[in-house]
This record gives sequence, structure tokens and C-alpha cells, in this order.
Amino acid sequence: MTPEEEGPAPFIGRSIPRVEDDRLLRGQGRFIDDLQIEGMLEVAFLRSPVAHARIHEVDLTAAAGLPGVVAVYNAAALVGRVEPLLNSEELRIPEGIRSTIDPVVRIQPMPLLASGEVNYVGQAIAMVVAESRYLAEDALEVIDVRYDELPAVIDPEAALEEGSPRVLLEAEDNIGIHLEHGTGDVDQALRSAAVIVEDTFASQRYVPSPMECRGIVAHRDPFSGRLTVWSNTQTPHRVRGHIASCLGLPADDVHVVAVDVGGGFGQKGILVVEELLIPLVAQDLGRPVRWTEDRQENLTAGSHAREQIHHITAAADESGRLLAVRDRFVVNLGARNMVGLVVPYNSLCHLIGPYRVPNVQIEATGALTNTMFTSPYRGAGRPEATFAMERIMDRLAAKLEMEPAELRARNVVTPQEMPYQTGLLDRRGLTQQYDSGDYPEMLDRAVKMIDLPRVRTEQQKARVDGRYVGVGFAMYLEATALGPFEGAKVSVLPSGRIRIHTGAPSQGQGHRTTFVQIAADALGVEMGEIELVAGDTATIPFGVGTIASRALVTAENAIHQAAVLVRQRILDSAAELMEVDPADLEIADNQVVVKGSPGSAMSLAELMRAIPMTQGGSGRDGLSEVSYFQPPNYATSSGLHAVVVEVQPATGRVEILDYVVVHEAGRIVNPQIADAQIVGGTAQGIGGALLEHMQYDEAGQPVTSTFMDYRLPTVDTVPDIRLAEVVCPSPTNALGVKGLGEGGAVGPPAALANAVEDALSPFGVVIHSCPLTPDRLWALLRAGRATER
Amino acid sequence: MKPAPFDYRAAHSVAEAIRLLGDGDREIKVLAGGQSLLPVLNMRMGHPDVLVDICRIPELGSIDVDSQEAVHIGAAVRQAQAHADPRLRSGWPVLTEAIGHIGHPQIRNRGTVCGSLAHNDPASELPAVAVALDAELVARSQRGLRRLNAADFFDGPFSTVLEEDELLTEVVFPRQPAWSGSSFQEFSTRVGDFATAGVVVRLERAGDVVSAARLVFFGVGGSPVRVAAAEQALLDAPVTPSSTAAAVSALEEQLDPVGDIHATAAFRKELAAQLAVTGINQAWERCA
Ligand SMILES: Cc1cc2nc3c(=O)[nH]c(=O)nc-3n(C[C@H](O)[C@H](O)[C@H](O)COP(=O)(O)OP(=O)(O)OC[C@H]3O[C@@H](n4cnc5c(N)ncnc54)[C@H](O)[C@@H]3O)c2cc1C
Repeated sequence: MTPEEEGPAPFIGRSIPRVEDDRLLRGQGRFIDDLQIEGMLEVAFLRSPVAHARIHEVDLTAAAGLPGVVAVYNAAALVGRVEPLLNSEELRIPEGIRSTIDPVVRIQPMPLLASGEVNYVGQAIAMVVAESRYLAEDALEVIDVRYDELPAVIDPEAALEEGSPRVLLEAEDNIGIHLEHGTGDVDQALRSAAVIVEDTFASQRYVPSPMECRGIVAHRDPFSGRLTVWSNTQTPHRVRGHIASCLGLPADDVHVVAVDVGGGFGQKGILVVEELLIPLVAQDLGRPVRWTEDRQENLTAGSHAREQIHHITAAADESGRLLAVRDRFVVNLGARNMVGLVVPYNSLCHLIGPYRVPNVQIEATGALTNTMFTSPYRGAGRPEATFAMERIMDRLAAKLEMEPAELRARNVVTPQEMPYQTGLLDRRGLTQQYDSGDYPEMLDRAVKMIDLPRVRTEQQKARVDGRYVGVGFAMYLEATALGPFEGAKVSVLPSGRIRIHTGAPSQGQGHRTTFVQIAADALGVEMGEIELVAGDTATIPFGVGTIASRALVTAENAIHQAAVLVRQRILDSAAELMEVDPADLEIADNQVVVKGSPGSAMSLAELMRAIPMTQGGSGRDGLSEVSYFQPPNYATSSGLHAVVVEVQPATGRVEILDYVVVHEAGRIVNPQIADAQIVGGTAQGIGGALLEHMQYDEAGQPVTSTFMDYRLPTVDTVPDIRLAEVVCPSPTNALGVKGLGEGGAVGPPAALANAVEDALSPFGVVIHSCPLTPDRLWALLRAGRATER
Repeated sequence: MKPAPFDYRAAHSVAEAIRLLGDGDREIKVLAGGQSLLPVLNMRMGHPDVLVDICRIPELGSIDVDSQEAVHIGAAVRQAQAHADPRLRSGWPVLTEAIGHIGHPQIRNRGTVCGSLAHNDPASELPAVAVALDAELVARSQRGLRRLNAADFFDGPFSTVLEEDELLTEVVFPRQPAWSGSSFQEFSTRVGDFATAGVVVRLERAGDVVSAARLVFFGVGGSPVRVAAAEQALLDAPVTPSSTAAAVSALEEQLDPVGDIHATAAFRKELAAQLAVTGINQAWERCA
């Protein structure tokens, strides 16, 4: 049943204020650090201070004897008990990709505590469990480890060279991933092209930096014998599965609860060693145990992201129509390949974005290095690919002496071509197909909003005064609604209220509002009568989680399906009791009413109470349904960032004068929340474009391990962002929705780099990477001044 | 990120504080606003045995202007309190401006003026202001009282001439003479960051010419850097583009900043020169 058939939908599409904010703003959130359990112990980790070494004798004797220390662990204490960590879901290679592309994917399981060798600064070596975190950290200072240092390799391209030191002593080389994929005949196209541009564009290393660092509490309840784990994970059911298999417990005996989560951005969407070790300790000791990651741990030993180098070539005919794109890119995987193809393949299948490119050849290599491993971060490979593609588009425009917006207009796929097939395989290994979108309209809107002709006039005038203004565009796609499924359970409670359960928890996205909007529409009850409990594995058997811009599409469709079923059950049961035809009933004001006679009504509470008392009924309660939704295809959202900047050539400082985002994400459930997602993502993207850079020195020491040096955007960095929306409902699901959580973060590095390069074109500056800090821009300008036109 | 164990002592008088600091057997640190000290302890880069909290000492908590019209800022005075003080704003405006560049309001609500001087972070603002305005720093210990000129106080990155047992009790900024003007200039990547480079300029004017000049840079050396050759170049002439250029050209030889992940040495030097030009011009305009 589509929403249209149910009549007007009162809640979807409305900016309902977030129901969660009242509680959160009053300090009544329940984050990991807020949990208090009598007798709880605290854990601290000894982490490697060197990038690569053989380690000998992790001597815990002194630590074990300190006051307040309850237990100490090293790798030897885990031998024969737990296997190294494998993110098995992420590591599956879809059949289509295996058979057509046959990628090299080498997996290096992560030992829970380092044994014999450490491969990056921050790797966990030993664990102390004590009465307080203070005492645990005191004990870390007396653990004795001997490090025989080994050569470390930090640069991913150096790691791939013949004769590079090995990142892992036992590996045959430093390759974690290698694959080639394409369509058409690039060589042939290059021969016939009027213009060819090639260049190298790199994305730097980021740390997702959620406001709340990672954390976990585990406790085996002696009454039930079950292990309860409170985690700020994005994927509670996956955590449950891993803990159960790791500790040899039935999945039902592990209860994972995702509490309030202060941002995840992907960093909390993969499984990490700490998530297995804390439950293990809780099992061993029979006492509640907590680990709260601190910021220094998060910056050095929480997963990193983004670092990619693209060597990209684009070819076009004389009118600027793209003929071919070739890209050879390297992903820095860090010390282990933790998530397989996820990021490299996401880069690959988002590279050409909204453009019609008949011939494509892409080679992706994942390099191991002695650095923290990398994993998805808001955008997950898309910002890196977009940076390469949108930068080369601007280089192409420069070579053609064409307005960059015009070059884009000539190449975007049109709505008439939808659904559009790229000729590539998508992440599932099936034919990549964009479901809907209107890219020409987005371009039109953006060009009008920033008033491009006016910006060009002002740019000329400013130059006369020695001021440098520039404009940049970046377009991207976001394949959302990653499968395989999400589930929802919708139940009428004895009070007549409704409760929804789903496996996709919120890390701040406002699920308690948007998910409830959908259920209220499907059930025909007020939102205030419905509550959402997401991310509690005891309440719904299976779930995937909130990652990859998938939660709204997958969970809301599951909720919609379950709610439609429950509504029917309500009507059927009431009809049986009221002895009327179900078709004559409707739900209004939390009551089942006989259409046209408001006097004949039964509240949901009365209905619930009556069902068990009914003689000769079906005996089935059933005002509760579970439904799983499997997205049939990706719902492809899109975005366009247009930004106007002024750059001070004397200091390299970039000032954002105007920032416009036009986005398209199908039918919007709650415009205010959707806009906030876009703005938040854009703020993070601006951070990466202008400031953020996780750096190591040559020996592999992280040198940006505090927020003094790892510079996040602040309120002064982020301008007001003007938004516009294009709506192309997705044909892939009944609600017509698409995801949009990541999109905002995808555009800024490319858009800002394009704008800054445009501003500095009189100096011949070419931007190859971000962040566009004053220092880096000033150096480029100084080099460029020599060739000032 | 939890500190190792330490004893905490809250002193309630200067006499008590310096008695506690005089216990030579243990490593003792003064705790003022804690905005620099506590991160050091939390990262376990320092392991003092005792912290002596001086912020509860009533006699150190005020800002007083004496009969000579010099201002005394006690060691317990928070940066925010100094920042809001109207007497400072009118009499020593560069001090107010400089404090506004220290971190964020939360930092300034706890951090003290004297703590910043005692800490002497090479990129911090206040040591340069103290040198530029000829401040005097008063140090007390059980051994007695020392009055130190700012010019002699700072002796290297994170280092001053204060002895282990000495408490900096106050900083005194002398009255700024008529016909003098100052300027504070700083470049930092984000609002609130430590300076990439900065300068405090103070000029005195006699008739149409500069009669005294101070150029004190921060963020470009281990301590506040006074560049005498640049000051010299400004003397006995009005401030003009050519005198400014002469002053700035002296910087090339005299400044020797180090590069780090945020800025190369060359960039810091270039910024210092640009800031100096702006600073000299503004200070000259303010010489009224
Ligand atoms: C996020 C952040 C941003 C910051 N940004 C800046 C900035 O932009 N510019 C800047 O200058 N500072 C900055 N700071 C540091 C801040 O200004 C501190 O307040 C200042 O450096 C030290 O003052 P405090 O009172 O906090 O001293 P504390 O941290 O308590 O002490 C610092 C050191 O000085 C010693 N000390 C303190 N007072 C005395 C005294 N009276 N006698 C003897 N020794 C003493 C202590 O023993 C310790 O060694 C920042 C701090 C943070 C956390």
C-alpha cells in the first residue's frame, strides 16, 4: 500500500520539533559515562608508543600488585580463549564483484591485545582493570615492555614500492586490496579526445571526532546469567553477534543496548577490540566493567579515515563532453585491512558521480602502513572520490576556458535518462543504477542562488583592488539505503500506547521523531502516543544498524510495513469484538471508531484488555508485528555545493563569503531534521577542507593527538549555509525516501578547493590536497608568485 | 588522561603558600587556573607530589591602581576578570586586547594573568605584553621578595627565572605616559588558537617623531622577542612607510622562528613582518 492510497499523510513532510531535545538539553541524556552500576570497575589500556616493533615480555607483575588493581591482561592471558577480530559482515565480497572483478582482498585479523609485534602507535598491548580509572592508569606506568623497533612505513605509496619494509612481519607485501574495474574502452577514447587533463588529487587523513568518545559497559547479571552490554555503537546487533561468537555464548544470552550516543560518524559503526575485551573481562570477573575512551585514545587509536591519493585523467571532446575517466588510486588502510572493500569500492562506484562518462577505468589499491587503521567516516570514500573528480572537472574547464558550471551542465545525466545505468557494478556486485534525480535542476538552482554572473563581475572588480574572490562547485551522488535489511517491531501496549523497536539506533539524528512520524501516519494515531526504542537487541531479534545513510530508508520502511500490519490487526480485532465489518472502522484519537457514528468507539487500551478475555476468539493477541525491509536497490541522493570565497594572498587565509547546498534526497520526512543533517555534514566537510589533518611524523608518531593540534571547525569556521532542495521521490520504496546523513560532508573539500583555486588563478596556483590552511596556501602562493601572470 | 596521585593544598595566605612551597624535599607546583598545568598532569607529562592552590588567597585576588597610577594584578586574578576591568581597558588597552586572544571564555574564566606569565608558553600573548609595557613581576619566597623586570623574567620556552620555591604574587604595569600608544596584533588559524605569530608595539612620541619604541614578538621564538634593531629604525622620525619598511627589514636577520606542523618558519616570519607593519601604524595613530 502506498501512502497516497491511505489518504493525506499528516506527519511525513512536516518539521516536527525533535522530541529528544527536551531531555538532552536538560542534561538527562544517558551516555556511557552516565551509567552507574554498583561495584563497577574501570579499564585502561597500555598502547604501543612505537609504530613498529617486536615486543617481548609484557611484564604485568608490578601492575598487578598495585592497590586497587583487580586484574591485568596481556596477549598471553587470552591465548586459546578468543580469536583475533574480524569484521565479518564488512569483509564479505559480493558474488558479482568476486566473479566479474575478482579483487585481491587480504585480511589481517586484529589480535585483541598485541602479541609478539606491534604495528602502529596506539595498538592495545595490555589492559588493566581497577577500582577507578585513576588507579588503572597508575598501573599502566609500571608495566614493563621491551620494544625492539622495526622499520616503519607511513606513506601509502612508499609502502607499495618494491623493497618497502613490511608493515606486518608475516605478510608477503603491503597490499591489502587490489582491483580494477571499468566500462567501455578508455584507451580508444583517449586517442580520439580533443582535450585530456591529468593530475593527482589527495585527501588527507581525518579522525571522525564524535563529541562523545567510544565507550562500553558490560555486566553479567547473576540472576539471569545473561551478559548485558551497553555500548555507544551504531550497530548493536552486529556487536551482539561478535561478542557471542567470540565468547562462545548463545546470541540470546548477550543483550546489547545502544544508549544515547554523542555522534558516531562511522567510527562507532565498526567492531573494535575494546568491544570484545570489556565483555570478556565482565564474564571473567563477574563484576560490571567500563571502558571510556579518552580524547587522546580517540585521536590516535580510534579509527581514522579518508586518506587516499588519486591519479586521475579526464578526456573530453572540444565541446567539453566527457569521453573518458581513468583513475588509479591508493587507499591508506593503516596497519590492517579492517573493513575490506567497503571504502575503496565506495570511492570507485561514486567516482563519476552525476556525470555521463561512457568509458571508465579505475584501479584501486589498498596499502598497509604502520598507522592507525582507517574505516568509513561520514561519506566513506565519497568525499575522496568527489575531490578527485570535481577537481579534475575544474582543471578540464580551465583547459577548455569554460565556466565550470557550464562544463558540468553539459555532462550531467538528465532526468529523462533515469533510471540510469553507469555500466559499472554497484557495491552489491549488481548493475549500478541511479533510481532518480534531477541534476540539471540542481545546477540551475545553485547558479541562481549564488548569482554566478554577479560573482564573476565582482571577481573582476575585486582583482583591480588586489582582492581575490573565487567560486567553486562540487556535485556528488550518495547511494543510500544499504542492505541487506532492517527490521521493526510495532506493538500496542496495555495502556493503548504504541511502542516501536528497531535495530537502527540514533547517534543524534533524531530517530525518535522521524521514525515516529512514519508510524503515526501508518497507524492513524497521534505522535505523542508512540514511542521508539532503537538499538536494544532484546526487543527485536535482528538488525543491522545506523551506518551508510541507510537508517531512514531501511528502518522507516520496515516501521511503515509493520505499522500497516498492526493497523489491520487492530481493525480486525476490534471488528470481531464490536461485531462490525473491519471496513466500517477507522482509527481516530487512539480509538477505533465506527465510521460515521463517533459514539460507537473502543479505545486501543480497551481493545488490548478485551482480547485476552474474549471467549471463542482466535486467541491471538497479535497487536504486535515484526517486519523486515530489504531495499531492492540503492536510493541515490545527490548534492551540489557552491561556495564563494575570498583569499588573502598575504596570509593565505580563506574567508567563506557564501555557501549554498542544493540537495536531493527523495521525499523528505522532516525538513528541519534533514536540513540539520545537511548543515552538520557540511560543517564537518568544511573542517576537513580548511583545518583537519591527522598527521604522523616519519617514524610513525602521531603529531596531532590533541584538539590543540588536530583542528576541528569551530563556530567561527562555519558560515551560515543556505539550502535548497530538489525532490525526486525514490521508486525503490513505498515511502519514496532516500538517505542523506552523509551527503553534506562529501562536497566541501572539492567545492572549497575549486573556489580557492579560482580565486588564486592569477597566481597559477593549483590545489592538489586539503586542508587549505593559511600556511599551506601561503607556500603555494609563494611558489606561484614566481609565475604570476 | 587521569593524573597520577598528588597532594592538594589550598593556601589561604601568601605566607602559607610560600611556606608550603619551601618544602624542598618534594616536587611542588603552584596551581593557579590550572589551564596549562592540569593538561600536563592529565597526560602524565608531569608528576608533581604536591599542588599548592593559590586562587583562594584573598590578598591575591584584586586589581589595584596605586598612587603612581600603576596597576597591580594579583596572582589569583582570572583573565576574564582582568579582561572586564574598565581601568585596564582605558589605561592599558593592549593588555585587554591581548587577554581577549587567550583561548576561549571558558579558559579565561579560570586561567590567571600571572599563571600565563609564569608558564611562558612561547606562543602566549601576555609575556610579550609584559615586556612591551615594562611590567614588573613580584616574586616571594621564604627567602624574601624579588622585583623582576619583565625584560629579565622570561628565559626560554616554558621557563622563567622564578625559583622552585618562589610564588609570583603580582604583576605591575606602570602608568603609560602621555603621547604614547600601543598596538596588539596576532595571527592565529582559528579564533582561540595559540598565535602563529604576534607582536606588541609600543611607541612614544615627541612632537612629530618617535622618541621610544618597543617591538616585542611572540610565537616566533622561545620567549618574547624584542627586536632592538627594528625599534632603532623607528626612532627620531615620524612613522612613514619607509621607516616602517626599515624596521621590518631588520626582522629578517633578527627573528629566527622554528617551524612546526601548523606553520613553517618562513611563514611565521612573513606574518611577523606583516603584523609589525599594522602594529606600528596603529600604535602611532594611538600616540595622542
Ligand atoms: C584550550 C586552551 C586554549 C588556550 N589558549 C591560550 C592562548 O591562546 N594563549 C595563551 O596564552 N594561553 C592559552 N591557554 C593557556 C591559558 O591561558 C592558561 O590559563 C595559562 O597559560 C596559565 O594560567 P593558569 O592560571 O591556568 O596557570 P596554571 O595552569 O595553574 O599554571 C601554569 C604553570 O604556571 C605555574 N604558576 C601559575 N601561577 C603561578 C604563580 N603565581 N607563581 C608561580 N608559578 C605559577 C604553575 O605551577 C604551572 O607550572 C589555553 C589553554 C587551553 C586549555
